[in-house]
Amino acid sequence: MDIVGSLRRWLQQSIAYIDPPLLFITLAIMAVGVVTVFSASYDGNNRAASQVLNMGIALFSMWLVSRLPPQKMMRFAVPLYILGVILLVGVFLFGVKVNGARRWLSLGFTRIQPSEIMKIAMPLMLAWYFHKYEATLKFRHYIVAALILLIPFALIAKQPDLGTALLVGAAGFYVIFFAGLPWKVIIGLGAAGAAAAPFVWTVLHDYQRKRILTLLDPSSDPLGAGYHIIQSTIAIGSGGLLGKGYLNGTQTHLEFIPEKHTDFIFAVFSEEWGLIGNCFLIFLYTLLIGRGLMIAAAAPTLFTRLLAGAITLGFFTYAFINMGMVSGILPVVGVPLPFVSYGGTALVTLFIGIGMLMSIHTHRMLVKK
Amino acid sequence: MVVRRRIQGHRFAESPVLQLALQGWRSRMVGLVLIAALGLLVLRGFYLQVINNDFLQEKGESRYLRDIEVSASRGRIVDRNGDMLAVSTPMKSIWAIPADARQMGLAQKQQLAALLETNLKELDGKLGSDKTFIFLKRQVPPEVADQVAALKLPGVHDEKEYRRYYPTADMTAHIVGFTGVDDKGLEGVELAFQNSLIGRSGARSVIKDRRGRIVEDVGALKPPQDGKDVRLALDSKVQYLAYSQLKAAVADTHAKAGGVVVMDVKTGEILALANWPTYNPNNRESLSGAQLRNRAVTDSFEPGSTLKPFTAALALEKGHVRFDSIVNCAPGRLTIGSATISDAHPHGALTVAQVIQKSSNVGAAKLALAFPPKDMWEMFDAVGFGQPPRLGFPGEVGGRLRPWKNWRPIEQATMAYGHGISVSLMQLARAYTAFARDGEVIPLSLVKRDEPVVHGVPVFSPQTARELRTMLEMVVSPEGTANKARVPGYRVGGKTGTAHKLEGHAYVNKYVASFIGLAPISDPRLIVAVMIDEPAGAHYGGDVAGPVFSQIMGGALRTLGIPPDAPVTMAQAPIAKEKL
Repeated sequence: MDIVGSLRRWLQQSIAYIDPPLLFITLAIMAVGVVTVFSASYDGNNRAASQVLNMGIALFSMWLVSRLPPQKMMRFAVPLYILGVILLVGVFLFGVKVNGARRWLSLGFTRIQPSEIMKIAMPLMLAWYFHKYEATLKFRHYIVAALILLIPFALIAKQPDLGTALLVGAAGFYVIFFAGLPWKVIIGLGAAGAAAAPFVWTVLHDYQRKRILTLLDPSSDPLGAGYHIIQSTIAIGSGGLLGKGYLNGTQTHLEFIPEKHTDFIFAVFSEEWGLIGNCFLIFLYTLLIGRGLMIAAAAPTLFTRLLAGAITLGFFTYAFINMGMVSGILPVVGVPLPFVSYGGTALVTLFIGIGMLMSIHTHRMLVKK
Repeated sequence: MVVRRRIQGHRFAESPVLQLALQGWRSRMVGLVLIAALGLLVLRGFYLQVINNDFLQEKGESRYLRDIEVSASRGRIVDRNGDMLAVSTPMKSIWAIPADARQMGLAQKQQLAALLETNLKELDGKLGSDKTFIFLKRQVPPEVADQVAALKLPGVHDEKEYRRYYPTADMTAHIVGFTGVDDKGLEGVELAFQNSLIGRSGARSVIKDRRGRIVEDVGALKPPQDGKDVRLALDSKVQYLAYSQLKAAVADTHAKAGGVVVMDVKTGEILALANWPTYNPNNRESLSGAQLRNRAVTDSFEPGSTLKPFTAALALEKGHVRFDSIVNCAPGRLTIGSATISDAHPHGALTVAQVIQKSSNVGAAKLALAFPPKDMWEMFDAVGFGQPPRLGFPGEVGGRLRPWKNWRPIEQATMAYGHGISVSLMQLARAYTAFARDGEVIPLSLVKRDEPVVHGVPVFSPQTARELRTMLEMVVSPEGTANKARVPGYRVGGKTGTAHKLEGHAYVNKYVASFIGLAPISDPRLIVAVMIDEPAGAHYGGDVAGPVFSQIMGGALRTLGIPPDAPVTMAQAPIAKEKL
């Protein structure tokens, strides 16, 4: 046997479902991530190496998912969604309380965060649903879709984890939006939302209200709720046009930035690389979203199109909310910066999304053959 | 639901149904929102990093750049030979940010409590504070502070500070005094010389992180100026002698208190100053006001017969009498107006010298009544009574010397032998420089003087001073009141004092026994003043204070290497009468 030949075939086989542009874009963003995690955790125990390991696991997950044809993915939609909802109910009933929020479910040997599953399960389920009723889509289907969206949203918001609830909700909303939600309804929803705002205000937890108020005037509580925003805007602003240079961010290394290697890593990056680095990172995200939307536009079925669109806009939402909150234009919610913030679980979830995008794109090519 | 179908031939998929595309407005809207959102982020970055850059950079720096005070080391206090009396040793204070420190685990807290010699409950109490800064313990030895630092406890920090240590402890407590925890002099020389001891703290610019740890030292803005050392006139060996003899004497006589002053006649330097009771300045936990009192300086008392030499000297000076003029002291009583003065032992006719030697109240009163009150007042004023000696000690008293215009004859008579007037032991010792030197009183000094004082305030003529020295020497002869004050090998002289104490407005059966003396008589170098307050049992100055004087004076003369001026055999022999 021709060993070289079979090796080459095996290699070709194994990368057959990888989308190179998407891979390179995400690798570039992750490189920024590792470099910044290295700086952010420079003074304590350095987490860059462990983040690289996380990336390995995440890339492997991506590889696995990318090999899964969209048709098979559809089969997972309903069971995964139902499992997710059951686990969320489990969290609601038996969840482990950490820092006043019930977000975790103990399985004895480990703890899982079911809301993380929902980030994938929600767009999958809704995309499947619209795909199923594609030919006969009626207005009532939107009602059902809204219910599919609202049940997990409410369960997660109740934990309380407003950040994740918003992300999950957004992912679902994008599917519904792409599925063709009439714009009258969108305007109606917007109006209803504005009208309900005072009511929502009363429903929000104290700390959530405080965060919104703090956004409007961070100096009202400089040591409490405003602390994060003040510190991160100072860090970003003192970076200037060109930044203070790698590993030279004073606000970072003097530990003025809270959660600097996770949620607030953008402040670390921005202080050291300045507006130039800032624009570069935003450019990378733009490439990522652009590639995702291209995949969505070229997707062969309604399911894949909706899924790809929702996942892509999901990435956008993560990035926008995170950078927005760190730079002080959005309230502080616990959303990591995608592909940059330290943390294994979030990274794996993100790469499952990337894997899905790749699968959607590469399996479409195969259909042609 | 309107779905636009776009027919593009059959490039990818077979079914036209799969060519579902987004509605135009929908995709345009998504694109617009994305561009708007990302543009907003870039604009925000531009606003923060370009427009507001300077302002935010400054705010950032204000968070980590700090000018910190670098404390100066307090000056040392040393004796005339350079022996340490007060030194500052570097210590640490352990402080905490309670909110951060509350994150400590139980084991960590236990370790910390053990190192700080406290218990968990107390520690938790301190950490429960809602302040942002608390001292956990001050004046911690550096080794202990290092151990605490090695535990790397959250929110627990240390700061350099100094602790004052007094090697000579209770022996020099009243002279040296002590400082409070913030390096401020509270008593004695520590207070009197606070300004030169304290030094000036400098400043450094440092980078601190959020937890207040100094990360980097940017540079010194102003170097600290350490405080200046103070070199006292005190001689530790003489001080030890004075202190130990006083302590023993007070114990032997069961007295309430006592004081000793040793003075250099040539320079006015205070070589020793001891009081009893005293205290240990290194451990001031249970300190009473009585222990704190620097009696020799802050307490005035009626000196009694130790003032008689001044009366005699004034009489000689004014030419009323000569050394051997006869004063009739019989029958041991003298009535002036309604009051009667009496001698402890009735005497007959005495020479002026014998009035001093035998300490006759009647004789002294008769001498005094011969001159106008003004002359006597001026003499007392000139030797320094009624005014503080200005050593720089806190709380120095000047005693009581009433204006001469109000003196009644009986008062003038009693003042002649030291009643109706009050002085401190320090004032009394200083006044005796008039006899030790050739009639002049000199200013005193706590700190070492490099040159002898040449000129003092002349009060008596050298001739009078010489004659007085002879009289004072007669006091320690077997015929005098203080034979026990003699010192082998040296000619010494002095005067006893046995004063009734005044309580309220009446004299009571309590005494102040004192002896002020000088030596060597041939060329006086030292004055030693001893005062014992309320001795039980024997209360005569010669019996109670005389022996103490003898021990201190003898020891001090030998310690300072002052050559003896009397052969030992001669000193032990009774002083010949013909010398008178």
